[in-house]
Amino acid sequence: MAVETDTTPKFAEYAHPNRLVSTDWLAEHLGDTDLVVVESDEDVLLYETGHIPGSVKIDWHTDLNDPVTRDYIFGEEFAVLAGSRGIDRNSTVVIYGDKSNWWAAYTLWVFSLFGHEDVRLLDGGRDKWIAEGRAITTDVPEITPVEYPIAERSDVEIRAFKDDVIDHLNVGGTLIDVRSPEEYSGERTTAPAYPEEGALRAGHIPSAHNVPWAKAAAEDGTFKPLADLNEIYREGLGLDDADDVIAYCRIGERSSHTWFVLTHLLGFEGVRNYDGSWTEWGSAVRVPIVQGAERGEHVVK
Amino acid sequence: MATTELHPALAEIRDDFLELSLKDRLQLLLEFSNELPELPERYSEHPDLFEKVVECQSPVFIFVEVDENQIVHLFATAPKESPTTRGFASILAQGLGGLTADEVLAVPDDYPQMIGLSQAVSPLRIRGMTAMLGRTKRQVREKTAVK
Repeated sequence: MAVETDTTPKFAEYAHPNRLVSTDWLAEHLGDTDLVVVESDEDVLLYETGHIPGSVKIDWHTDLNDPVTRDYIFGEEFAVLAGSRGIDRNSTVVIYGDKSNWWAAYTLWVFSLFGHEDVRLLDGGRDKWIAEGRAITTDVPEITPVEYPIAERSDVEIRAFKDDVIDHLNVGGTLIDVRSPEEYSGERTTAPAYPEEGALRAGHIPSAHNVPWAKAAAEDGTFKPLADLNEIYREGLGLDDADDVIAYCRIGERSSHTWFVLTHLLGFEGVRNYDGSWTEWGSAVRVPIVQGAERGEHVVK
Repeated sequence: MATTELHPALAEIRDDFLELSLKDRLQLLLEFSNELPELPERYSEHPDLFEKVVECQSPVFIFVEVDENQIVHLFATAPKESPTTRGFASILAQGLGGLTADEVLAVPDDYPQMIGLSQAVSPLRIRGMTAMLGRTKRQVREKTAVK
């Protein structure tokens, strides 16, 4: 049975208020039978240095990515992963992490590929929890593994592949590039202070808007209130409720954060995350690229 | 092709990692992370001397000292919120510290790939350590060239 929704007024404004919980809510519900708290960080060891009591760790790279093919794990592996963390199909999963929940949003998005229904983010993530002086432990929780059914991964509704992006371009669909302005313009192919992940060309997909993902996050890592988000996305980009949107970044992690904002906070229904992102597009043969700060136009050939 | 023998200090660290399961390797990396020494006072007041390793996901700064006996000392600082990066820096500080400049320059560039962490940590993250090693060797080269 799902754990009750957090009724914090700020969340009530959003399209799907049940997708967020506050630190107060989580502190109150820690230990609830149907709740599993998951930490997902950029740093693979951060959980080990201290985590929310009872929480389990899921690493975006070593747990969610297939070790050989550039793809996510499939239903069988996901069932093993979730079950080993004490998550069953009906669990309420609350995910939190470092860097304004950037990686937590990525994990949430992967859970959504498998259709896990009740998955939420802790607003403000790890940093807010710690800043508030709440309990942290290095104790590894004892987990009784449970059965998780083999759920088919659906790559259609919320995931876009390169060919989908080309089709989307050809019908004039909206693209949002959530990387830094330097990556967008083509001055560089990696985020400032980030490792080179390999792209042969620099720039952006023609017509893509540039809205760095972190614009949706406040100073304390929480999501900005609805009015601010509307100003950035609905007014700033002229997005219409019926618009289909594809978001991308470098490997699909930062754009998961934007996908979460557009889908669950703003209520857009046709948002997909292009996880191949720039590391694929920037190395693909004969795909159009625009350099410079201007969006540029896609010319259908 | 002649292969140079890996320095015993680095071979020992490698062997320590390789004999562990993937999960325990992470634990050992965490121990290294916790062992990264604080900067000595003469450097803690001089952030300007440190070089930022931009290839690392988290901010890490290194500084190499080559003393009058040509012995290398590596100092590094990275935030507590970046334990993996601290772990990498600590492995290099312990493995390279006390070696001669020539010995450091002879360390294979792919040492970070030899210690069995690529799978435990992901190849992507290991690149940060490769970059740190590369920068360390460059600083050693620069510092020995002036003398």
